[in-house]
Amino acid sequence: MSLSAGAFESLELRGVGRSFGGREALADLNLTIRAGEFIALLGPSGCGKSTALNCLAGLLPLTHGSIWIDGDQRVDVLPPEKRDFGMVFQNYALFPHLTVAKNIAFGLQMRHLPRAEIQRRVAEGLALVKLEEHATKLPGQLSGGQQQRVAIARAVVVEPRLVLMDEPLSNLDAKLRLEMRTEIRRLHQSLGLTTVYVTHDQEEALSLADRLVVLREGRVQQIGTPEELHDHPANWHVADFMGYRNILDVEVASLNGTAARVAGPGLELDATAAQGVAVGEHVKLAIRPSDLVIAAPGGPSTGSKNRIDAVVEVVEYQGREFAVDVVTSTGTRLHVRADEAPLAGASVSLAVDPTRAVVFTRDLDAASSETPEPAQVAQ
Amino acid sequence: MTIAPPKAQRSSASLKHRLAERGIDARLWLLVPAIVFAVALFVYPFAYGFGLSVQPLPTTVDQWGGGLFANYIAFFRDTFVFDSVWITMRLALPAALFNVVVSIPLAFKLRRRFAAKRTLQTMLVLPIALGTVLTAQGLLIFLGRQGWLNRFLMETGLIDEPLQLVNNYIGVFFSLVISGLPFAYLLISSYLSGIDPSLEAAARTLGAGWGARFRRIMLPLLAPGLATTFVLTFVLAFSVFPSARLVGDASGETRVLALMAYRAFAEQLDYSMASTIAILMGVIELIVVVIVFYGRSFLYRGSTGGKG
Repeated sequence: MSLSAGAFESLELRGVGRSFGGREALADLNLTIRAGEFIALLGPSGCGKSTALNCLAGLLPLTHGSIWIDGDQRVDVLPPEKRDFGMVFQNYALFPHLTVAKNIAFGLQMRHLPRAEIQRRVAEGLALVKLEEHATKLPGQLSGGQQQRVAIARAVVVEPRLVLMDEPLSNLDAKLRLEMRTEIRRLHQSLGLTTVYVTHDQEEALSLADRLVVLREGRVQQIGTPEELHDHPANWHVADFMGYRNILDVEVASLNGTAARVAGPGLELDATAAQGVAVGEHVKLAIRPSDLVIAAPGGPSTGSKNRIDAVVEVVEYQGREFAVDVVTSTGTRLHVRADEAPLAGASVSLAVDPTRAVVFTRDLDAASSETPEPAQVAQ
Repeated sequence: MTIAPPKAQRSSASLKHRLAERGIDARLWLLVPAIVFAVALFVYPFAYGFGLSVQPLPTTVDQWGGGLFANYIAFFRDTFVFDSVWITMRLALPAALFNVVVSIPLAFKLRRRFAAKRTLQTMLVLPIALGTVLTAQGLLIFLGRQGWLNRFLMETGLIDEPLQLVNNYIGVFFSLVISGLPFAYLLISSYLSGIDPSLEAAARTLGAGWGARFRRIMLPLLAPGLATTFVLTFVLAFSVFPSARLVGDASGETRVLALMAYRAFAEQLDYSMASTIAILMGVIELIVVVIVFYGRSFLYRGSTGGKG
């Protein structure tokens, strides 16, 4: 299919915000989207990501800020039908009374293209999502994955300037979700369509997007490439999304540059500060499950100083490895990965590399920034 | 297929289970009240009425011939009676159509939240609670020759002669709108809430303005509901009786079938003719209903994805 990469150089959101009766669902979103980019808006439900998408589509009027194309063309004052943005809805929103082909043709007909051109592009669209043999079926006769593909074809066949996707995979089963994820990535690479994708699944966001925008309570926490976010989360909320499943409340006992000694209930560890913290401050300690190594209690180990004693509670087999939940003597639950299954109820000692235990300030709003902190956490 | 399918095994379940599988179980007793009422209030009176209609008065047989079916022949041959079919149609069809057509924009507008929504909705639905007689009385007081409206218009000098708004076709039409519109509005707005709002949003993002959205998406999805609503308000209007007498012109423009049946029964004491008219009224309504539902069968009637 011969789709041109977006008809603009950049799309700029300036201080975009949306309030519902005094409650801010989205506040002060500043983002510049370059042509051909795949942007993922990531956050838990209620974080404002869908609001942001609906504001972009024009389905929700802005209450603050503006949206510009190439710096001089104002978009947020246009109704959705004039914006030329394609949207894929969470529930697909296929027209139930129209066949698959007519669903795909709808946007082309609205643009009053010649009949032959519409036929050609519908055929291309059907081929793109491999649904040629279903062209004359009604959406109700298709499976969820097929419906999703129709929705995608319907949105991209009009060659929109921007494609918006609102959690398009959340209604699919796990296997299909993986397949469709690859499919979406493939479409994006072959068509070069500028895309904004909303999801609450960090794996989806990391694997699809060129850049991620992490939102919390309507505010941007961090904007960056998947690598930047994965390696240098700006605060503990982003870290939580990026797989730091163990987030503990601790206190800074001593500090030497970024090397910090932290103490919490029943544990004392060497860690690395990712944000500016002070001695005596209550902070958040973040550790990925894969960075907690199970060692025999009392046995010699490389990080022998940096240990947490705990009791194994739950062991889950996950194919290649085991996901283990352990509980420390003070009742703190930790998530751990292990190559070999420990026995439930066994006492274990967990070792952690000080560079892999990251300290964040507890306050989230203080340090939300577009640029991550300097690379101080070892990879 | 090369392998013969294995012969279906005889079910080893008990008779009770097999009957339950086909919907025959103790819960069927729940249907008893409905059946009793249907037989007592519909089947028996209808059969009785049909029986009456084939026992014509000797004068009818003498005048129109046809033996047992003299009443039916009279109905179609007697222009005074048969004209009333067209009179009723002329009233019921436009009234039903008006109620449906006016309800569509109302239902669309009242879908969203806005300042006076509650008040407007209450005002729209309230007439359901009014009886036809109360409506008729109100119309007479408000629209009559000495009514408020005419007095107001005369005194402000807008008109010289009072407008003739009651005791004619217009009066009955008003009455049918007042009693039929709330029904039509309530039905259509519930059909409308059954359509997933994201369909309209999807059409918008695909470049459809409101006209195209209505014509291509909303109307086709709403059409089966509109047909049902039309049929219900039509049946309501077709059997109009009190208002045709009270605010209509009972011997002229609004000489509807129900009035004719009443005249045969109460004035001419011809029970058999009255029954004939009543039965044929039902037949005519049925014909219209069948036509509308036949047309409806060509429409998309599947899920519309909403909460309905």
